[in-house]
Amino acid sequence: MNDIILETRGLTKRYGGVHALEDANFILRKGEHVAVVGDNGAGKSTFVRQVTGVEQRTSGQIFFDGQEVSHSGPLEAREAGIETVFQTLALADDLDVPSNLYLGRELFKFRLGPFSWLDRKTMRERTLEALKTTAVKIPNVDNPIRNMSGGQRQCVAIARAAAFASKLIIMDEPTAALGVQETAQVENIIRGLKERGVPMILISHNLRQVFDLVDRIVVFRRGRIVASLNRDETDGNDIVSYITGVKGGEVSYA
Amino acid sequence: MAQVTHGLGGLKYDPGKKARPQELNVLVALVVIVAAFEILGRLLMGDSFLFNTRDNIDTLFNQQRLSIIILQVSIVGVIAIGVTQVIISGGIDLSSGSVVGATAMIAMSFAQTAMVNGQPNPKAIFGDWAMDLPVIVPVLVGLGCGLIAGFINGSLIAYTRIPPFIATLGMMVTARGLSRWWSNGNPISFPTESYAAIGKGMMPVAIFVALAILFHVIMTYTKYGKHCYAIGSNEAAARMSGINVNHHKVLVYVIAGILASLAAVVLSSKNLTAQAGMGVMYELDAIAMAVIGGVSLSGGRGSIIGTVLGALIFGVIISGFTFLKLDAYYQEMVKGVIIVAAVVLDQWRQQRRTRG
Repeated sequence: MNDIILETRGLTKRYGGVHALEDANFILRKGEHVAVVGDNGAGKSTFVRQVTGVEQRTSGQIFFDGQEVSHSGPLEAREAGIETVFQTLALADDLDVPSNLYLGRELFKFRLGPFSWLDRKTMRERTLEALKTTAVKIPNVDNPIRNMSGGQRQCVAIARAAAFASKLIIMDEPTAALGVQETAQVENIIRGLKERGVPMILISHNLRQVFDLVDRIVVFRRGRIVASLNRDETDGNDIVSYITGVKGGEVSYA
Repeated sequence: MAQVTHGLGGLKYDPGKKARPQELNVLVALVVIVAAFEILGRLLMGDSFLFNTRDNIDTLFNQQRLSIIILQVSIVGVIAIGVTQVIISGGIDLSSGSVVGATAMIAMSFAQTAMVNGQPNPKAIFGDWAMDLPVIVPVLVGLGCGLIAGFINGSLIAYTRIPPFIATLGMMVTARGLSRWWSNGNPISFPTESYAAIGKGMMPVAIFVALAILFHVIMTYTKYGKHCYAIGSNEAAARMSGINVNHHKVLVYVIAGILASLAAVVLSSKNLTAQAGMGVMYELDAIAMAVIGGVSLSGGRGSIIGTVLGALIFGVIISGFTFLKLDAYYQEMVKGVIIVAAVVLDQWRQQRRTRG
């Protein structure tokens, strides 16, 4: 049985003469949480941008859920079941939590083109459910996001991804701007996703967090994947050696 | 005592304490201004601003004054409703005053009556074919003008990505030129009776109130309204979430244009004439009403209710100064001060609310 949810073969991206991503072979299995680590400019975000369709790859193949895909934009990727939590929050500050969760995919009582009548009650109820299943605590969902702390806003963004992602969540440094307690809360949410079997790609600079949360760690260096290590078979020093180039070379795995 | 729950990062949250809606502040300002005129009136004029003081009429309030207050702002108020949804979605529309001028001229040309006091219409623009047309013709022609102006505004802003300020500034100058060219600067007069009925008596107020209710509902309960707030709040996020931002922007400016041209039809009908200089500065009055009503020029915040209250503040100030027999010059100066004060207060509120 094929339990691979995402696979890239020879994924390459060049910006003019810059080889930002070179021949990336990557596999993510169902229910697996994988961390993508590497120095700045190692190609982590470039890799994610190809998978989510934000940019178009130079060459290579992407297989998602058993089929070769070519997402022309983030919307198409989202419709296919890939939800992304971006580094910069993609939330509308002046809207409340249900409006943000359902932004661009509102539920309607009846349809009338642009003047379709919103089903605010159902959206609010389902939002509360989604927050409950992802263990996100927001004191008052009817407040605009603007009035919330950075951690709460990040939780809303994650809850949005988790509520709709049927197949894959990608998080680009979800805790980079958060304090200690807020980070703990976000990490708890990620553990909850693991329990529910939602596969995830986590980009992070925080090795402590990476070892806490994921099954496997993929190291990028200078646009190439230089290592793919199971969490139990490696340690922080090992990872750092790969990141800095002390260790490493071509690896093949499947 | 209110229950206090500990939020993330040790932040305390008090569920009993809710942010006061902006509209409430505007309402308080309105009440304060009315009270000020009432007190000043009793002290200086020995008369009441708000209440009926004549013996021969049996009403509590001075209904004549109240109806004038709302009547004199209802035409610009219709424009302000359109401008409000433009500003909420992160744009600005400077062209509405000129669109009023151009629309009034063009619509009036199709609303003329053939015979005036037994003589041929001295202000006739077209030949006999355009005389005594059914009222629907000038109305549709007028609304069509607004639709075209709004469509050009919206398309320029959405597809060439030029700032709304520039696109609508261009339309403002162009439409004003068009309204002067249309009849070589001559006024167009003598409409049919049915056209004259559109703006008669309290009709402008009825139209203003009906549109305010309609757009309050649209902005609060429909996808259109939600997307206006979303785009004004964070355009990139709206785009990323799958909202067709370009289509939406075109629609927003089209609606603003149609509302401006509707105001032109009502105004030219009320005045029984159209002039090239009609609607000068209306765009700024409309923006000012919205801003006084708590609509944020940076987009994403504000409401139709706020704009209606802002319009009422405008009306009260104009009536109040007339009532106190003060020169119109003071009116203008005070209006300017109130606009700036409204924005400064809003800024303070925002700064106090934003956490680091």
